[in-house]
Amino acid sequence: MKKLLASTAVMLALSLPALAQDYTPDPAAKAGGSITITYKDDVATLDPAIGYDWQNWSMIKSLFDGLMDYVPGTTELRPGLAESYEISPDGLTYTFKLRAGVKFHNGREMTAEDVKYSLDRVTNPATQSPGAGFFGAIAGFDAAGEGGLSGVEVVDPLTVKITLSRPDATFLHVMALNFASVVPKEAVDEAGADFGKKPVGTGAFKLAEWTLGQRLVFEKNADYWRAGVPFLDSVVFEVGQEPVVALLRLQNGEVDVPGDGIPPAKFTEVMGDPAQAARVVQGGQLHTGYITLNVGIAPFDKLEVRKAVNMAINKERITQIINGRAVPATQPLPPSMPGYTEGYAGYAYDPEGAKALLAEAGLADGFETDLYVMNTDPNPRIAQAIQQDLAAIGITANIQNLAQANVIEAGGAGTAPMIWSGGMGWIADFPDPSNFYGPILGCAGAAEGGWNWSKFCDEALDAKAIEADSMFDPAQAADRLKLWSDVYVGVMEQAPWIPVFNEERYTMKSERMGGEDALYVDPVSIPVNYDYVWVKQ
Amino acid sequence: MAAYLLRRLIQSALILLGVSFITFFLLYVLPADPVRQIAGRSATAETVENIRQQLGLDKPFIVQYARYLGGLVQGDMGRSYLQKTEVAELIWSRLPATLLLMFGAILCELVLGLTMGIIAALWRGRAVDQVLMVTSFVTVSAPQFVVSLLLLYVFAVKLGWFPIGGYGTFAHLVLPAVTLGILGSGWYSRMMRSSMIDVLRADYIRTARAKGLGRARIVLRHALPNAILPVIAMIGIDIGIFMGGIVVVESVFGWPGIGQLAWQAIQRVDIPIIMGVTLVSAFAIVLGNLLADLVAPWIDPRIKLR
Amino acid sequence: MTVLSAADAPPQGALSRLLRRKLALFGLAIIVLVVAGAVFAPWIAPFAPNDQMFDGLTLEGAPMPPDGKFLLGTDLLGRDLFSRLLYGAQTSLIIGVVANGLALVIGTLVGITAGFYRGWIGGILMRFTDLMMAFPALLLAICLAALFQPSLWIVALVIALVNWVQTARVIFTETSSLATRDFIAAERTLGAGNARILFRHILPHLLPTIIVWGTLGISTTVLLEATLSFLGIGVQPPTPSWGNIIFENQTYFQSAPWLVFIPGAAIILLALAFNLVGDALRDVLDPTQRGRD
Repeated sequence: MKKLLASTAVMLALSLPALAQDYTPDPAAKAGGSITITYKDDVATLDPAIGYDWQNWSMIKSLFDGLMDYVPGTTELRPGLAESYEISPDGLTYTFKLRAGVKFHNGREMTAEDVKYSLDRVTNPATQSPGAGFFGAIAGFDAAGEGGLSGVEVVDPLTVKITLSRPDATFLHVMALNFASVVPKEAVDEAGADFGKKPVGTGAFKLAEWTLGQRLVFEKNADYWRAGVPFLDSVVFEVGQEPVVALLRLQNGEVDVPGDGIPPAKFTEVMGDPAQAARVVQGGQLHTGYITLNVGIAPFDKLEVRKAVNMAINKERITQIINGRAVPATQPLPPSMPGYTEGYAGYAYDPEGAKALLAEAGLADGFETDLYVMNTDPNPRIAQAIQQDLAAIGITANIQNLAQANVIEAGGAGTAPMIWSGGMGWIADFPDPSNFYGPILGCAGAAEGGWNWSKFCDEALDAKAIEADSMFDPAQAADRLKLWSDVYVGVMEQAPWIPVFNEERYTMKSERMGGEDALYVDPVSIPVNYDYVWVKQ
Repeated sequence: MAAYLLRRLIQSALILLGVSFITFFLLYVLPADPVRQIAGRSATAETVENIRQQLGLDKPFIVQYARYLGGLVQGDMGRSYLQKTEVAELIWSRLPATLLLMFGAILCELVLGLTMGIIAALWRGRAVDQVLMVTSFVTVSAPQFVVSLLLLYVFAVKLGWFPIGGYGTFAHLVLPAVTLGILGSGWYSRMMRSSMIDVLRADYIRTARAKGLGRARIVLRHALPNAILPVIAMIGIDIGIFMGGIVVVESVFGWPGIGQLAWQAIQRVDIPIIMGVTLVSAFAIVLGNLLADLVAPWIDPRIKLR
Repeated sequence: MTVLSAADAPPQGALSRLLRRKLALFGLAIIVLVVAGAVFAPWIAPFAPNDQMFDGLTLEGAPMPPDGKFLLGTDLLGRDLFSRLLYGAQTSLIIGVVANGLALVIGTLVGITAGFYRGWIGGILMRFTDLMMAFPALLLAICLAALFQPSLWIVALVIALVNWVQTARVIFTETSSLATRDFIAAERTLGAGNARILFRHILPHLLPTIIVWGTLGISTTVLLEATLSFLGIGVQPPTPSWGNIIFENQTYFQSAPWLVFIPGAAIILLALAFNLVGDALRDVLDPTQRGRD
């Protein structure tokens, strides 16, 4: 990740449009063709202000663009609809110069007014966007509503100035989120609440057909502003299909990419067959699976107990249960995230030491507690493995195997002593260490209903986090990451979490798919970057 | 007849009202907050409150329920919390698939179940009876997921006779309908067999036989109409099962029915969708029961509509 | 005419009669076997049912097929399937008997009362039944389970609350059909009271139906318990039940068939056993049949 830092820093310093062309699409790529992707769950919406699902995140990425973007297959920022940008010396003003001649799918040219409208819209409480909170640093956010954001100004038709109320080192990442996508006002007004079903953007594809509950067809946007892409004429998404069935269809040549990945039941079969294994693509993802320990519920209010349970979990064994599709974790951040502390050992597996710690806490005979878990495979299995590890040091953990909404409710209300995060876990919204702190480990998230299920709140660490996020200057990037590293090591010293593993992505593609492997494990556009893949005819 | 119908219609409306009230109440007391699902994980407490107010979820239960009913009376089922789409549109787009599968499945169940039941009853105690009854136990004890995957694997993947899931043509309907037909046929064949045996033993059949009527005529004209009565009640029950959602078969065969919609909505506390699906399926069940009761006297004149 | 007499008269020949008894005996033997397995599980089971053994999984994390050490193989967590089946029999039998028994009692009481008395009591009862039946069972189960802490007994209760409706409906239809028959009217003119008619004439006629529903219900109850496990409101892990064993493993029907088909066969065999015994019981209890077999 040193590489990411360097290039981001250079880009910030120069902010030259030339850098936008740092990615060369596959020269061997052929234009044309159509691919089929399957999903189990239905696509809820394609409105970029609302969509926040596994399935629609990458779809929205292909229909819309934001001011910022990522180099395909990487976590490196690159300019999107913005041609260039400047940051004021105090880090409070971002001036974006827009690309000229970019057209929406309805044929109208995109202007600075659209950028302002889109940001006003996503932050307006009436829109009910789940991503509004990301824009908290923009001046006037607290008063956002019908009047719009005071911090976003249109300077001229191709220039937008955004003023922040506090420096935010992650702001460019925020502008690359789906929630910051630029939408045309007239299309939103016309469709009203149905904009999510009739999306109009500037993206590489446009929506051609949507049969609710069955399939969606994206077709190539011939006027796309990035030259040469996309290669595919169309992408067909079929929804409502069981992952096992999707894989059978892939083996039969009817599906090109199974959106939900390779189901555990087929994994050993696929990996055991060299012909199929050759089409499996592996990659890291910005994910951590963890157990929260509620510091407000006895005996997890005692540090020794939290450390003891950290030492009791056999992470290697849990990794084996999910067919080795993960690496054991030592800290909240995944290894591919900037700010990850290399060499930090965390709490090693040591049941004897754990027992000794429990005895120190006056709980030599163990205790009884509840472990909440979401009820989709493999989470109940993982919970049972955790349960067995805890039993080995005398702790009886009763499993509460519930629907997602019930687990989230118990976590937010602070009534769950332990929660296994699987299925609801934290996959980063953007590749920056701050994304793993605020809502899930910071004091803000510890309030009633918040996502900080440990209810852990350390004001000294919070202050450090705020300090780190105000270090917007690229020259300070290394110091900033050091600070974040300290924050997470500080968190681990108090052990409100048991980081269990970082999931690896395993995806599969059909014989005819082309394009480099990185596109199939794109950390941002999951499961695949539709704009750059192609088919061999 | 007209008075009876009117009374039954009023009763049906009351049942639907009762279902809507109980469902709304259960969702209200359910320990899961829909606003949290809408607002996302980065939302502040103010945002959450704001959304709660917009949706009227801060109001007392009775007010919320009255509002919902008010909308319903005007034909408005509300919009999905998470999809923002009209619930009516979501349900409407999936209804044809659900109904098609339901008819296909019930047809398969009846054909398989009634045939097996009648044969078993007529040859009661013989080997054929025992084989059929063992078969019927096996079908009702088989897990849905396993049967659907097996049929899919054998007939679609290996033999290639049918498409591997999907919707649109008759070929797509066959496997899911047959799966459900096989799984449900055991009930019908058991019911049909026991009811047929009872009827065949009744005095009027003895009389008919004493009069020297032919076997086929006795079975078809006299025994069958009476024996089929409990089976009709079962169709009403079946409609309920199908309209309430057949999530497993739908998702294995990628069938775009109501079950998947309901299941996802339940997972995410999307209350308007849950309410909508519940009411639509309740409506279908009530209608099914009403029809079953109306048809009963037509088949068996000894039952009077009261 | 030969066919009809076969349905009506006693089975011809000692051989077929023996065959019938043999089948019932076979069913009874299976039930006894399963009950014994459940009761003596702690002594029979080669391993603890929840012990996730290190050598119970391959290095890739796949379950082990049946072999000398693990008689029926291991599951996805490296637990011995045979031991889990033995202990699972306890759970499944308890749920099958308690939930199904409860559902049958409620359903029969409601159905018979509504069908016999009709009037406003019957009206209210049947409208309530209709109301319950118009409810998607899934939703009802989820709400009930979210409100209570899921446990073995809550699961049994939820299944009973969902299942009684169908029995009630069928019993109601049959009772109202019976109540209009001539022989009931004849009894009335002879001065028979309600209780006498109910218990001496109606109930015996309903027994075959009750038995059919009761026996078939055992297997569906076991399967419903599996579905509840899937919704996260079944018997909570790691407690094994035959339903949740199948459910946990069903997608592995291709790569680890023993995990699906062995417990599947167990459920089917048990259901079959209950049905065979129920069938024989029906012959014994059915008044119209008594003395003729």
